[in-house]
Amino acid sequence: MEGGDLGWWGVVIAVIGGAIRVSTPYLFVSLGETLTEKSGRVNLGLEGVLVMGAMSGYGTAVITGEPWLGVLVAGCAGAFLSLIHALICTLPRVNDIAVGIALFIFGTGLAFFLGKPFINPSAPRLPDLDLGWWSASPQVQSALQINLLFLIGFTLALFLAWALKNTRWGLVLRTVGDSEEAAGALGYNIAVVRILGTVAGGFLAGVGGSYLSLYFPGTWNEGLSSGQGLMAVALVIFARWDPVRCFYASLVFGGATALGPALQSVGITANYYLYGAAPYFLTLALLIYSSSPRKALEGAPGEVSISR
Amino acid sequence: MNMMSELGMIAPPRVTMTGVTKRFGALTALDAVSIDIAPGSFHALLGENGAGKSTLVKCLMGTYRADEGQVLLDGRETQINSTRDAQKAGLGMVYQHFTLVPSMSVAENLILGEADLPAVIDWRARRKLLRAFMADMPFQLDLDRAISNLSAGEKQKLEILKQLYLGSRFLVLDEPTSVLTPDEADQILGLMRDLAQAGRISVILISHKLREVESYADEVTVLRQGRVSGQGRVADLTRSDMVQMMVGEDTFAKSEARSTSGSGSTHLTVRGLCVDDDKGVAAVRDLSLELRSGEIVGIAGVSGNGQTEFVETLAGQRNETAGEIIVDGVPYSKTRKEIRAARIKLLPEAPLDNACVRGMSVAQNLALRDFDQPPVAKGGVWLDKAAMRARAVDLITRFRVKTQGPDAPIETLSGGNVQRTVLARELSDKSNILIVQNPCFGLDLKAVAEIRRRIVDARNDGTAVLLISEDLDEILELSDRILVMSEGQIVFETPREDADLQEIGRHMAQHGD
Repeated sequence: MEGGDLGWWGVVIAVIGGAIRVSTPYLFVSLGETLTEKSGRVNLGLEGVLVMGAMSGYGTAVITGEPWLGVLVAGCAGAFLSLIHALICTLPRVNDIAVGIALFIFGTGLAFFLGKPFINPSAPRLPDLDLGWWSASPQVQSALQINLLFLIGFTLALFLAWALKNTRWGLVLRTVGDSEEAAGALGYNIAVVRILGTVAGGFLAGVGGSYLSLYFPGTWNEGLSSGQGLMAVALVIFARWDPVRCFYASLVFGGATALGPALQSVGITANYYLYGAAPYFLTLALLIYSSSPRKALEGAPGEVSISR
Repeated sequence: MNMMSELGMIAPPRVTMTGVTKRFGALTALDAVSIDIAPGSFHALLGENGAGKSTLVKCLMGTYRADEGQVLLDGRETQINSTRDAQKAGLGMVYQHFTLVPSMSVAENLILGEADLPAVIDWRARRKLLRAFMADMPFQLDLDRAISNLSAGEKQKLEILKQLYLGSRFLVLDEPTSVLTPDEADQILGLMRDLAQAGRISVILISHKLREVESYADEVTVLRQGRVSGQGRVADLTRSDMVQMMVGEDTFAKSEARSTSGSGSTHLTVRGLCVDDDKGVAAVRDLSLELRSGEIVGIAGVSGNGQTEFVETLAGQRNETAGEIIVDGVPYSKTRKEIRAARIKLLPEAPLDNACVRGMSVAQNLALRDFDQPPVAKGGVWLDKAAMRARAVDLITRFRVKTQGPDAPIETLSGGNVQRTVLARELSDKSNILIVQNPCFGLDLKAVAEIRRRIVDARNDGTAVLLISEDLDEILELSDRILVMSEGQIVFETPREDADLQEIGRHMAQHGD
């Protein structure tokens, strides 16, 4: 058994590798949700957007044979679904949380309906970058097989962190999300900024979905996402609306998801399903840890409904 | 573009509004109002709440569009349809509620309003420009401080700096001093007057504080019910002229003569109270006080010094981290039973949010204290709606609440009437302790007089009254003893007879520890 060579190190390497492999959808969805929430709105429907992105990306890749075109289509599908959310929320007296839940159900339902023909055919996968060529160990090699989307996500996190501070768009987005009064007095169109923030967030979540179907696990079926989109929303709160911290938090969640398979690889198969629940436990634990009956959430955009 | 030299060289525009009329449905908010502001003048706009002051400046700033009348800048008719248009014309508004973005720095807030902000901001060049701008200003602020760490006075200064930075040479200040200490208010208004006298800016000051108008303004326009009820040079008018213009011929109830100070038994003792705010930072720190029957104890202080957290703690909305509250000699844990037994009554700030259920009717809100007691509750289970309604009708007439009826949702009432409703509920039976916070905030003079009279009445009947207010005049008028709260502590105490405005103001501005 190969895992035996490295012993417990094998578990650590497998968890790290798993973290990198599993974290990408978390990263894209949480970056998208950060953008949306920075504009002062919560889009809980990103789970539906993620699944829709996975389906449309896979379908496009099956039909055209171009996985990267699939990624683009997935992003556009996500942007379109989020546009629905954004437009409905622009109406007076509409609650963004309720609309988000409706979008979640609508998005997954629509994806299952349209995605039936794509369950059997197999689509070309997104290519790997082999960053583990220097190592003789197959575990290390497999852990460092990294997808380009992961690197794009990492760069995007750094870029968003920079852009929120150093660009006009970043400042306007934060203003609208933090104080409607200030934004109004400055003459910014709050509705338009929020629509753009939500649509951009949806695009990223859609891209995150295409990673699920086109790279890892790399198939399309109805059980593809196990709540990653919803967990990513919780992750944004834990990351305090900071793109770079979203990256770290995504790695932690990815690592937790990879725990079960990693232990299995060294022969620990007992409680496999219990370890599989690790990300859900982690979500609960982090939310309890980061909330307090006496303190308001630090760093929360002032206009987001969860912080009001 | 170098803002500071521009501020020095270009004179403010002459602003003339003629025959401005604005209707909202059936209500005429402004009726043929004309006003003329020469460059470099300091013009006060005086009037009660609802007189049309804000509507008039909103018509000028492009927030509203006047139905009739015109706006002339330097004699030319000008269409101002948005805040952006106003900014381009050099008109800037400093709002009563701060319009700064709380999570951002001073520097970020300053550049946010720029009309042609570049897509990517070159912070190094910007900061150089900002520093040069600051150096030329009569007051300075550190560019890197976060807004959430600024005091109210500093925020007000930043609002003004922002307008000057954006090139506004005609500033509208909307009740700028409502959250400032008297010293801060004097400082800021003094600086604005100096800039105006130097011909660098013109100022419209919206206010209902006669003292400020007398001390700083050259000219005054008084509005009443949407019409100009008086206009002229401040030097030519007496204070009573201006009051007459503001309130018209109406007379209103004077404060009840107070019976001799009771100072009987102690009802409320607070010892070493510490309370955290929403961020977990200590808001009330080691606060102790005693409240006896038949006295009004006034707590003065600039808002945000722990008053809200203190009242919330007394009200049972927030828990203390240390210290004790003793009511009639017994530790008080804020249960409904104890509140009823000790007859503790409360009129918190923003009563619609803090003491009412918005969607419920006036009658239901009036019954919130005792709907679970006979006669309203039958057998402790069933509500006797007829009894509830009958009592509501009685209270509505006695406290002169203006409502469509006892069944109207309370959120449809005006601010003064919500205030009256809560006061009616709290004072409908015998009270031992009455806690009131900013009871007259935003009310017209008649409502103010009536509510103050009820508070003094309660005191004369032997109630121990704790009055927490940001309005120093109110504290001075009503209190038997005056305490000053700053940074969560009581920093000063004086009996009413020895109270000195300047001294109290100094203590309001002082920093704890």
